[in-house]
Amino acid sequence: MTDTDIKTAIDADIDLDAEINAEIDNDAKSDLDAEMSNDVKTDVDQTAKTDIVYAYAVLRRTPEAARAVANLRGVAGEPIRLLEFGDDAPDGTPDPDDTPERRPPALAAVVGPVPAADFDEASLKAGLEDLGWLEATARAHHAVVAALTGRGIAVLPLRLVTVYRDEDRVRQTLEARRDDFLPLLDRVTGHVELGVKIYAAPDTESSDPEPTKAKGLGVGRAYLAGRRRRKRSTEDAWQAATDTAARLRELAGTLAVDHVAFHPQRGELAGSVPGPNVSNDAYLVPEDRVEDFRTRVLAAAEGLPGVHVEVTGPWAPYSFSLPAEPVS
Amino acid sequence: MTVVPVADRPVALIDLLDRLLQGGVVITGDLVLSIADVDLVRIDLRAVIAPVAAAAVDAATQPL
Repeated sequence: MTDTDIKTAIDADIDLDAEINAEIDNDAKSDLDAEMSNDVKTDVDQTAKTDIVYAYAVLRRTPEAARAVANLRGVAGEPIRLLEFGDDAPDGTPDPDDTPERRPPALAAVVGPVPAADFDEASLKAGLEDLGWLEATARAHHAVVAALTGRGIAVLPLRLVTVYRDEDRVRQTLEARRDDFLPLLDRVTGHVELGVKIYAAPDTESSDPEPTKAKGLGVGRAYLAGRRRRKRSTEDAWQAATDTAARLRELAGTLAVDHVAFHPQRGELAGSVPGPNVSNDAYLVPEDRVEDFRTRVLAAAEGLPGVHVEVTGPWAPYSFSLPAEPVS
Repeated sequence: MTVVPVADRPVALIDLLDRLLQGGVVITGDLVLSIADVDLVRIDLRAVIAPVAAAAVDAATQPL
């Protein structure tokens, strides 16, 4: 986003009421199916004046998706619903060649109205610096996404705090990206994301075959010998873990259709871990291979001293929802 | 090697933040705020949200 974009967005916001009126007109014109149309009008009337729009995910508009969001609550406890887009040409005029057969699948954004006061720029900046707020928001965002994937619905999750000033902006922005979303949705359908984290876990107690030899040494030399062994144990564990990481990546690659490497996890947030994290990867795996993936990855690392492997998930395809941004 | 059954564990915040701050569809333009505009200086969050570009480069240079 350029500075000009931001300024334009802020300037445009001043005229919010006029836009809301325009949006209501738009909604009245669009030919949504009856069920969705009712939802839209009710929500716009009740919420647009004080709320802005938090978007969670993009998915195909299906009756199943509509049912799945019916009782969901979002990051502000707000009701979640589908905001459809992509039915008309971008300028609103129908394509004369359009037929149901040629029409690509209708898409929808999973959205909820959130209080503008809590999700304006200043509040978001402050919130993202506050671990308590960040955790609550991330978990609530994840809960919405997971409720959908839990029903086997393919989604492209959006990044945390994807917030728009009104629903028209959501429609326009997502409509411009629909050609990115369709192939990505096709690719993640029937797949889940699994995480594989590998730790170097030096064994501090058992792997010391030399304590008896050390008996003849003075205290100082015994101390140094012990320190050398511990250092070796740490180095061995690191080497073992990086070797395992390479081997597991190769094995996992044969079971997955895609792979993304995150940075290894460090610091306070990493919590209580068995040792340094040497790799932190995400794999896109066909649903019917999830147990096979988990079993074989864990089995490949079993019995290796100095190595600890964690498989996380299944996750929504957070790490595989990244199309290239359009060149502007 | 030790294994903790996944079902017994809540989702770890750090795993969630890896995904929600580095992954997910990125929309530019017309947003209230871009994550990239935030410092996220506290509690090692900088380490958590290393740039997406760097993660992508890593993935490209490491064999599957």
